[in-house]
Amino acid sequence: MHGRPRKSSSDGGSQEKDMAKAAGLQSLQTQFFKNHHEKIYTKEALQLNAKLLEINPDIYTAWNYRKLAIKQLLESESESASIKQSLDEELRVVERALKRNLTSYGAWHHRKWVINMGYSSLDHEFQLLDQLLKADSRNFNAWNYRRFVADMKKSRDEDELKFTTKKINENFSNYSAWHNRSAILSHMLKNKYGGISAKEQEMTEEYELVRQALFTDTEDQSGWFYHLWLLGQKIAPIGPKLEMSWPCNGSQLVIDFNEQSHAYVSDFDTPFGTDHCMFSEGIPLVLHFSEPVKGVNASTVSVNSLLLQSESLVWRPISPHGLQAKTWVTLLKLPSTNFRAGETYTVQIRVADTLGIILLNGYNFACPTALNFSLDIHTMTIRSTGGNFETVPLAWEGENFSPLAIDENKFPIELHLGNLSIDGSENQENTRWQQETLDREIKVCRELLEIEMDSKWAKLTLARLLIGQDMLSDGSILRSKRKHTDEVLQLFNDLIEIDPSHAEYYKDQFSLILLDKVSSGKQNLQEYFWDSKGTGSLSNGERNKWLRLHGLSLSRLGCLDQLLWVQRLDISHNRLRSIDGLEALQLLGCLNLSHNLLANFTALGPLRQIKTLRALNIADNKIGAHTVNSTRFSFPSALNNSSISNADTTRDADEEILEISWEITIAFKGLHLRQLDIAGNPANDEKCRRLLMKTLPSLKWLDGTSVN
Amino acid sequence: MGELEIEKHTQFIMSVEKKKDFDSMVMEHLRMSGAYWGLTTLDLMGKLDAVNREEVVSWVLQCQHDCGGFSGNVGHDPHILYTLSAIQILALLDKLDTIDADKISAYIVGLQQEDGSFAGDEWGEIDTRFSYCAVCCLSILHRLDKIDVGKAISYVASCKNFDGGFGCTPGGESHAGQIFCCVSAFAISGALTHVDRDLLGWWLCERQVKSGGLNGRPEKLADVCYSWWVLSSLTIIERVHWIDKEKLKTFILDCQDKEHGGISDRPDDAVDVFHTFFGIAGLSLLEYPGLKPIDPAYALPVHVVDRLFFGQPH
Repeated sequence: MHGRPRKSSSDGGSQEKDMAKAAGLQSLQTQFFKNHHEKIYTKEALQLNAKLLEINPDIYTAWNYRKLAIKQLLESESESASIKQSLDEELRVVERALKRNLTSYGAWHHRKWVINMGYSSLDHEFQLLDQLLKADSRNFNAWNYRRFVADMKKSRDEDELKFTTKKINENFSNYSAWHNRSAILSHMLKNKYGGISAKEQEMTEEYELVRQALFTDTEDQSGWFYHLWLLGQKIAPIGPKLEMSWPCNGSQLVIDFNEQSHAYVSDFDTPFGTDHCMFSEGIPLVLHFSEPVKGVNASTVSVNSLLLQSESLVWRPISPHGLQAKTWVTLLKLPSTNFRAGETYTVQIRVADTLGIILLNGYNFACPTALNFSLDIHTMTIRSTGGNFETVPLAWEGENFSPLAIDENKFPIELHLGNLSIDGSENQENTRWQQETLDREIKVCRELLEIEMDSKWAKLTLARLLIGQDMLSDGSILRSKRKHTDEVLQLFNDLIEIDPSHAEYYKDQFSLILLDKVSSGKQNLQEYFWDSKGTGSLSNGERNKWLRLHGLSLSRLGCLDQLLWVQRLDISHNRLRSIDGLEALQLLGCLNLSHNLLANFTALGPLRQIKTLRALNIADNKIGAHTVNSTRFSFPSALNNSSISNADTTRDADEEILEISWEITIAFKGLHLRQLDIAGNPANDEKCRRLLMKTLPSLKWLDGTSVN
Repeated sequence: MGELEIEKHTQFIMSVEKKKDFDSMVMEHLRMSGAYWGLTTLDLMGKLDAVNREEVVSWVLQCQHDCGGFSGNVGHDPHILYTLSAIQILALLDKLDTIDADKISAYIVGLQQEDGSFAGDEWGEIDTRFSYCAVCCLSILHRLDKIDVGKAISYVASCKNFDGGFGCTPGGESHAGQIFCCVSAFAISGALTHVDRDLLGWWLCERQVKSGGLNGRPEKLADVCYSWWVLSSLTIIERVHWIDKEKLKTFILDCQDKEHGGISDRPDDAVDVFHTFFGIAGLSLLEYPGLKPIDPAYALPVHVVDRLFFGQPH
């Protein structure tokens, strides 16, 4: 099926030959199937079968037949030598078949099946593999088979590693050899060190080997992929850790507690200055990890305060699917009595003090962290705050905003988690070695770029290394000013020019760097602080503080761990196709996503996890403009067997079925939106609007018009 | 270059089953998959009516064995690959009521191993392709809960490699075909968290070579079938914008045999129904006008999948 030239139809002579060949094959097949169905395993029958397999080694039934024949033989024959002879014949049949088609799964599996019986020479297998891998060094069936034989022989990892060295030295461009090397090395390191980190010695050898490859041919990708993996083994991220929390460490919440309504109005410090929010059920406590974890619960996270009742807190993972999430939330319900108004109570949190938080790869999250914040509680009778949108909808347009003046004297807080690890798991030795490696590899890339100025691989790797170096110097204290941002941004701009096919990939990376720059340091972020002029009833006449990252050509969101405190976010006029990660913003009340590239309602999936969301603007996107939905599997639905939402998508008998009705349900059901703007999307027609209003019973404003 | 020759491709597909030449004979053992490729392509082009559905269904059912599994053709042995193809065909033709779903589920359940992996048949070959077949097939039959999904997923996850990709078995080299199987298995089971979307997405987008076509792994030639394996994986993990779609469209269109119909692995090679399907499925994912949308994980037209999971449209 692959790599055969197109024949012209006028080639009559060869057509005759072909038909003769076909007839021959047909007759062999007919005879074989007769033998198979009648369970005839004579010598002649087996020879016929072998002939068939030599012509077409992909007839899987023919291999099954041979196994049945062997099984029958084993039932009657017990003499070892005789069995071995028959099995050797099987191996010869396989070899002939492999010579016809080196990638025949049936042939390889038959060989494995025979070898598994334990009668055959494993050394001979290695010899055969040497031959075959010489003929085609990228044949993954052969490499898989080699792994199988090595396992059976109980070969040492070191010997198998040597074999990959040999193949790499024969040809640096042998991706299969590099891959197998990575697998063997991982296995060796796991056995030696329990899998987490490698030691200097082993890695230095690896870097040297790769360096030879890179200097031999800068544009050969195999070495670069391996290089990236080596860097990942040791560099950034600096191990999984708790990245951020809300309330953040060291902050103070001043809470007005309404005894009648049991609502809490909380003033708290943010990079804006003081902001406030109303919580109706309890104070949310948000933990944001650097990678998805599971097992966050009352035993693995202890929350202690004189103020809290003793009942266990229930932690919720904020993720589209079940158990693993980067963001976890719980609600602190404060007691209605037993506190002294005006007193300050500390809340101490210890994360991962006990084992139980697990990473995706099954290992323990081993970074115990302590943080605390304080609560200052007052009771109050009435205090009006953010409202219910009774009178007028929120105005989204730019003219309603003015830059927020920051009172420098008030020193709004710098967001940081602080040096929190309990057992000082920051290993000084580790950090030094990481720094050295980064410095050295940056030098290598710069050298390569002097030789090969437009090497895409060198530039991309250099960019990644510089980012890594910046993150490393971040340490665990204040998020320090990035040194390399401008050079990195320039590198990505270069890459867009050198490698235009992958422009969107580089633009996404560019967006991430830009967001990192924006959020690193309060001075940078302040540029994006705005005041809304108090229109819209959310504000009740007050000025509201918005973070506005509009018009930055962002195609990707990132650094959301720095924005957990944000309640009003404007990321309109960008190039966002996805809002993946936005679910981390558990205090979000107003979100402007207008003028982006969102193509389906399902792209709004993350919003379903934000219970506080009240006003949403998705006008002027591309919803309904595309036939392909690439967020189809990203959120729970019947399509991916998520039992929760199976109930969600059942319909009433009288409900109109729209092609997109299940998408609307996934995106919006359960949200308490009061305001929605969707004009300017191709999908926005009468039927769609009706379904939206049905799915969102609390909706008051649709595209600026009152719903009732 | 230019246009997709829908009429020619329709004629080509309809002619395939009548062929008696050597190359066609050599593929007889996988006729069930061939039928799935041909029929789905016809539907994507809006030409499924050209087919006699009863004849197809009757032939498919002839390939079912007592154990519940389906074979690649009449008289051949049952295998999980052809069981999936059979179910996909019946779903496409809306004839799932002709089979005993519990029986087929039991066959698949019987193939799950202790470590969560799946054998292809009673002879025990293990491959993540079979994990995909099991998960996809059972999901279509609404019986995914019959297997140990947790173990099935953790086995697939154990096949993750240094580059973010997946191979046939743990330690096996990343290959776009295997990646499609693993990513789709995760997608269908709601387990996409196991995929490092940025790392894998980048490896996948680097499959695009200068000609605009996609290869299956580094340093290999571009091939139209990877327009499906790579593209569908990228779509599922929301990274399809990382390749140059226009260049890929052009490459696929260049692989057509405009005279006789059909699409080949690369320009001017011999055509076959396998590459015709993957080329047209790829064009569908690239939103080529006039083609029905295809579901990237189930590899069936979206209207078929939506009907299966969200009920009949009015």
